[in-house]
Amino acid sequence: MSRAVLIENARIVDPASGRDETGDLLMVDGRFAEAKDAPAGALKIDARGLIAAPGLIDMRVFTGEPGHEYRETLATASEAAAAGGVTSFVVMPDTQPVIDDSALVDFLIRRAQATAKVNVLPAAAITKGLDGKELTEFGLLQEAGAVCFSDGRKSIQSAAVMRAAFTYAANFDMPIVHHLSEKSLAGEGVMNEGLYATGLGLKGIPAEAETIPLARDLQLALLTGARYHAAQVSTAGSVALLAAARKRSKALSAGVSINNLSLNENDVGSYRTFFKLSPPLRSEADRQAMVEALRDGTIDVIHSDHDPQDSEVKRQPFAEASDGAIGLETLLAAALRLVHNGDLDLMTVLRAMTQRPAEILGLQCGRIAPGAPADLILIDLDYPWVVEEKHLSSRSHNTAFEGARLAGKVMRTFVAGSEVFTHPDMKGAAS
Amino acid sequence: MGQTARDSAGNTPPREDGAPRFSRRHLIGIADLDPFEITDLLDRAEGMIPVSRQERKTLPTLSGKTQINLFFEPSTRTQGSFEIAGKRLGALVMNMSVKTSSVTKGETLVDTASTLNAMQPDVLVVRHSASGAVELLSQKVGCAVINAGDGAHEHPTQALLDALTIRRHKGRISGLTVAICGDIANSRVARSNLLLLNKLNVRTRVVAPRTLLPTGVDQMAAEVFTDMRQGLEGADVVMMLRLQHERFAGRLIPSAREYYRFYGLDAEKLSHAKPDAIVMHPGPMNRGVEIDPSIADGPRSVITDQVEMGVAVRMAVLDALLPARNAA
Repeated sequence: MSRAVLIENARIVDPASGRDETGDLLMVDGRFAEAKDAPAGALKIDARGLIAAPGLIDMRVFTGEPGHEYRETLATASEAAAAGGVTSFVVMPDTQPVIDDSALVDFLIRRAQATAKVNVLPAAAITKGLDGKELTEFGLLQEAGAVCFSDGRKSIQSAAVMRAAFTYAANFDMPIVHHLSEKSLAGEGVMNEGLYATGLGLKGIPAEAETIPLARDLQLALLTGARYHAAQVSTAGSVALLAAARKRSKALSAGVSINNLSLNENDVGSYRTFFKLSPPLRSEADRQAMVEALRDGTIDVIHSDHDPQDSEVKRQPFAEASDGAIGLETLLAAALRLVHNGDLDLMTVLRAMTQRPAEILGLQCGRIAPGAPADLILIDLDYPWVVEEKHLSSRSHNTAFEGARLAGKVMRTFVAGSEVFTHPDMKGAAS
Repeated sequence: MGQTARDSAGNTPPREDGAPRFSRRHLIGIADLDPFEITDLLDRAEGMIPVSRQERKTLPTLSGKTQINLFFEPSTRTQGSFEIAGKRLGALVMNMSVKTSSVTKGETLVDTASTLNAMQPDVLVVRHSASGAVELLSQKVGCAVINAGDGAHEHPTQALLDALTIRRHKGRISGLTVAICGDIANSRVARSNLLLLNKLNVRTRVVAPRTLLPTGVDQMAAEVFTDMRQGLEGADVVMMLRLQHERFAGRLIPSAREYYRFYGLDAEKLSHAKPDAIVMHPGPMNRGVEIDPSIADGPRSVITDQVEMGVAVRMAVLDALLPARNAA
């Protein structure tokens, strides 16, 4: 087992317990322990001026492994995660082959154990081949280690299939995590519908392409009693639907991508394809509705929607380019912008990336408590840095934050008590 | 002629009114242009009209230059117009039609751009079915780029030739009422025209069924009408748009005959416009769908003038872009 680590004088911020105080933390044998029990030989790290928080849990990450390793492997994604303070991430099943079979879940877990620095949590497909028709083997997939079911980028169009998935998932008490896009309404749309899209001559995606399937899903989830997580919402209308449904069930939750939380349709600018995302970047009013919904708890989770795409598929005319942007390494700092500008408090932002994902997925991590897995990050809340794609760890460079001036950076990242990332400024600081 | 002739060093002299000239590297969209640049291009085009009307139709200002017409979307008229414009100015003109289908997506647009760039052209005239494709290409080449139509985004030379046609028939542009009728939602011609006419203080109107009006159209035109008679009331210019056949499929327009009944320009509907109103169409026309044949070929139609002005405008744009590159 690794050497015990004692973090001293940190500002400990733990949303699960509501703790926000200066103190010491001990990590022994991969778990948190009482600081007073620190063994004599413990490695001491002075964290004065730094925040100690549970390692982040990112509920939506795409990699290219297996099938498109040139975009991203589990190993390179985990490098980016560690540098961004993400100690666990849920990997979406949209790979080649699709993760729709227990043997593939098993492969992913073993591959991650062999190559990844952080915890990789597989999401298994809801439907075989992500084709929206036949259910996968939920029970076997759960036994193999899947943490939830999701069709990744795909949205299930059939209400009957959705109802069957909810009904069957309830047998295993597993959450269904679903991306919302009504195909016929989204049509050939490539950005938010509105004046801006019209001016660029681009086809728009109306908010209703999201709210209509969300309303359907919420009704079916209430009907079946299933655990349902709206993977990512982007419109004010979705917030209203969620708020109403959540009054009737505790088993409903929702996420928002950091992109929809911090950017809007104007960022598309002059056909910048790194801002071509799904759901699309919406209006400023919608973005503000996302912030407000996080504040009041209608939206639970902030995730990166990390989606590596190579320049071949991004350096295209806007309508022909692939969706997606990377985000593991910028997730925390981009979220902290909302703290720095006073939109959200630190506890709320951290809760949305620690406690809430852990509760939704039934994980032990995401909190600082004796016995819990010692996944920990030390954050310099005001550390200024400029995002430069060439310095990011991800194998692909399609960041929507290129050139952004951010404040706040992870200085150290620990997974199960072992340090997996150390910021260059911290080298040699431990004793 | 005086305004476009070069001096012995090949430079374009300053304008007589002292206003700055159009001096950009590319022509991607009307959205980028200031009103003085539009006026300068129209004045230069005015000077090009006699060249095409004289017996020896040449003005060899582009002699030794290479112009490549790169059309990813088939077009007889626009490509032909750019070809004639280039040739009348003495440029070496090469036409390249690139068939693009999602199936044969081997070479990307950026690859094509760098291949062509290596052939050292002086100007690329580009049409592409994707909005923004021409701008993307312009970032990857070292020569001037003219947008000959990109998706539903812009078609700047069409708007310039329409403006020149209006100016020659009406003696002015500012203060007129122009009604643009038809498939506004999918038309790059409508976008470029609205941008240009708004910059020149025209009272712009759009007329279309709701399914062919894009979101936000009320912020792009001064007035929006779904009733064609009301929309044409008192208009100085009636600008028709081509209705693509695929729009009849039933999702946006139930049928061609219903469209013609409510939005086809016939004598009765035209009678609501001013008595001296002119009728325009960017072509190719669907006679009996968006326009009655008797109107298309009638005395108020200036459609063939538009074609002639198209050559003059494209000569002016080519002439304006190329010396700017030399000076740089």
